[in-house]
Amino acid sequence: MSTAFLLPATIAPDWPGNFWWHLLIMTVLLIAVLMISVIMFIWLERRVIARFQARVGPNRAGPFGLLQSFADVIKILTKEDIIPALADKPLFWIAPAMAFVPVLMILAVIPLSDGLQLADINVGVVYISAVSAITAIGIFMSGMSSNNKYSLIGAMREIAQLISFEIPMLLALAGLVMASSSMSISGVIGAQTIPFALTQPLAFVVFVIALLAEINRTPFDLVEADSELTAGFNTEYSGMKFAVLYLTEYSEAVVGSILISTFFLGGWRGPFLPGIIWLVIKMLASFFVILWIRSTIPRFRIDQSMKLAWKTLLPLAMFNLFIMAVKTVFAPGLTNWVAVPVYLAITAVIIIYWARFMRPGRQSVGI
Amino acid sequence: MTLATEPFILNIGPLHPSTHGVFRMRVVLDGEIIQDVEPVFGYLHRGVEKLFEQRTYKQNIPLSDRLDYVSAINNNWPYVMAVEQLANISVPQRAEYLRVIMAELQRIASHLLAVGSVMNDMGIFFTAFMYMFREREKIVDLLEMVTGQRLLYNYMRFGGVSQDIPTEFLPALDRFLKVMPGYLDEYDTMLAGNEILLSRTKGIGVLKAETAINNSASGPLLRGSGVNWDLRKSAPYSVYDKFEFDVPLGTAGDCYDRYIIRMAEMRQSLRIIKQAVEQMPAGKEKTPTPLRLRPHAGETYTQVESPRGMLGCYLVSDGTEKPYRCHFRAPAFINLTVLKELLIGQKLADAIIIFGSIDISMGEVDR
Amino acid sequence: MTTNLDLNSIALRLKEQYGQVVFAEPDYLEVTAGALPHIAGYLKNTPGLDFDFLDMVTAADYTDRFELIYRLVSIKNNTVIALKVKCGRDRAEIPSLAGLWKGAQNQEREIYDLFGISFTGHPDMRRIVLWEGYEGHPLRKDFKEKAYDAGN
Repeated sequence: MSTAFLLPATIAPDWPGNFWWHLLIMTVLLIAVLMISVIMFIWLERRVIARFQARVGPNRAGPFGLLQSFADVIKILTKEDIIPALADKPLFWIAPAMAFVPVLMILAVIPLSDGLQLADINVGVVYISAVSAITAIGIFMSGMSSNNKYSLIGAMREIAQLISFEIPMLLALAGLVMASSSMSISGVIGAQTIPFALTQPLAFVVFVIALLAEINRTPFDLVEADSELTAGFNTEYSGMKFAVLYLTEYSEAVVGSILISTFFLGGWRGPFLPGIIWLVIKMLASFFVILWIRSTIPRFRIDQSMKLAWKTLLPLAMFNLFIMAVKTVFAPGLTNWVAVPVYLAITAVIIIYWARFMRPGRQSVGI
Repeated sequence: MTLATEPFILNIGPLHPSTHGVFRMRVVLDGEIIQDVEPVFGYLHRGVEKLFEQRTYKQNIPLSDRLDYVSAINNNWPYVMAVEQLANISVPQRAEYLRVIMAELQRIASHLLAVGSVMNDMGIFFTAFMYMFREREKIVDLLEMVTGQRLLYNYMRFGGVSQDIPTEFLPALDRFLKVMPGYLDEYDTMLAGNEILLSRTKGIGVLKAETAINNSASGPLLRGSGVNWDLRKSAPYSVYDKFEFDVPLGTAGDCYDRYIIRMAEMRQSLRIIKQAVEQMPAGKEKTPTPLRLRPHAGETYTQVESPRGMLGCYLVSDGTEKPYRCHFRAPAFINLTVLKELLIGQKLADAIIIFGSIDISMGEVDR
Repeated sequence: MTTNLDLNSIALRLKEQYGQVVFAEPDYLEVTAGALPHIAGYLKNTPGLDFDFLDMVTAADYTDRFELIYRLVSIKNNTVIALKVKCGRDRAEIPSLAGLWKGAQNQEREIYDLFGISFTGHPDMRRIVLWEGYEGHPLRKDFKEKAYDAGN
């Protein structure tokens, strides 16, 4: 079997060694980046949400409580690893890994800086959407195998949510692919002389909402829904396996904010500062918005969430695709700062008009 | 091909984040829709009524705090009133005003907790809850200033209250009365117009007025259905006939109305406190009572409007030092009668909110 | 303030209808057990009385008899009436009012649980706060807690 499809299209010229060295170094780097960001993001989440909630947050372990997450990790690793007697043991074991590995795999195609990426495959967008869906299977497996009714309900919700929100998300990405006439991630970034958030605001809105649902963040955290399902799919997990599921959750948040910054905020591109710094800034900004939403908005009910996906986001994504298609055919060169207000205006009009049909509840739809 | 399906049974509680104590609901679910509910009581049954029979009248006052631990002062009141009626103890005017002030403060604290925890059930990850607790803390500080306690105050005595207010209390109360309306406005801006909150509460858990009356519901649950029944107005006890205040009423009887009524009642309580502080006469805070109190043989029934509804005390004396029989009409316990009717046909996520909007406290339900 | 009804006149009206089953006392009407549902239904459904709200049901053990107290409220007229029913201790049975007021359901279950008075016609006559299989009814005056008294 050939590994040629994994070969990066562009490797920075001063990169040491050959393909295998590249693979090794980048893999280690990406895992390290993910782990460090997860730990920092957990700390960030706890501190930021604490500020939102008029309290202080963890501030005892280390300066500003920076070591809190490490303390938590140590605590969680020393916990007893309990497997319910009637659980489906093989599935129960494999589920956390099944959920976590795909998140790691997404990172393989993300450029952290100019050329700093494991593999610039030419179907990057498709790869990301395909791989990210596997996480849901892992979560479904964990819920299914726990032999707990709360977990089961959580698992069913996860699948329903994935199926519903994957479609608008992909349609939103299709607009990007059309505009950048490339499916590779570096191609998408290369096309963003103006970030896509400004030239395709509609796709941006749809993507962010769908992404929140994909990574199970409020207002779409129905999978965990602590007030209804105690902890949803991970109710029965403890010890190391729970740690991995927890890691998955935050890795999804990290990768989610990387995806937002890569697809819509121009990735590593930016003036003056090195690429990786720009990416970190954009990641933090995206994550901050996720936290902001988490700490202010109540949770949707499952039917309302489905309704939002099918009746609101899907048409909006279609609109965006349509606008992009028209633009690509009739005015391919129209990508300058002057057009941005026009795009924003169109988006505002469509969203405001469409919101009249979208009262996400008031009456419920059957599921 | 049709798949065979069957409803499954889910035990919500007794240890569940949203049962507000140790309450258990045995729920029969068809997917997410509730087909049958069986509430199971008794996990916090301490035999309070039997304990009342084994202690002297005075020893029972702190015990009555423990009924509804979220509004302890309101719990003292009917018991103390009942003993005063049986033993012909007169209460000084100042003491009556002090009782009103403290009870209304307690009502605000209790409503803050109720609203906050409903928001928590709805999935605003602790934000509303924390904001409500910020203000509850101020009230608890005020109550601590007077009674020295922060949860179970043991404040009322036969013929008055345990102690007069310290000199620094009135200025502090004044400051609180000035800032509290602003905080309530803040909640309204944050919550009352939130689209998801509206869609989660409007039209959910509708309780018709006739059903509410037939099920002996009381408190915000009854008034949310539009029945004008507030004991402070319709059967004024203590000095409530000297204050001007309104009884907020709902129209639809859904969860949203119950929420709005609690918010409005807090404003009315502030009004009452303000008037009470202005009208409060000087004088003694307690008429002395004999150490070994022996009320005349007889029976009486007294009622107050606690934050949860009509809290009554049925007291039988046989002329000895201990009550012969003491029964508390616990509003939360009787309000739960309507639970089954409200929940059947609703979705699991709504059930949690409906249950939260009834606002129970398990100490009172199980006694 | 809730007004006091003229209990004597109500008792007279009830006596006309149901015979010698009602006795007016200063604070309450005393009713025989058999006539309770009829009288409660009369109080609930008669226009002008409209006692549509069952405030409270409870019982007390007087060693030779049980006394049950029903407090009915008319929200419309803002009036209150108390009914009292006496029943023997050995075979304590009272007709249930759960058919008239659903609010009676849980309260009657509680009385059954703690006093052992069973309510005929109640849809779900089980213990409520104590567990199934618990022996005895704690609020009876002759109740002895087994584990507690064994130690003494």
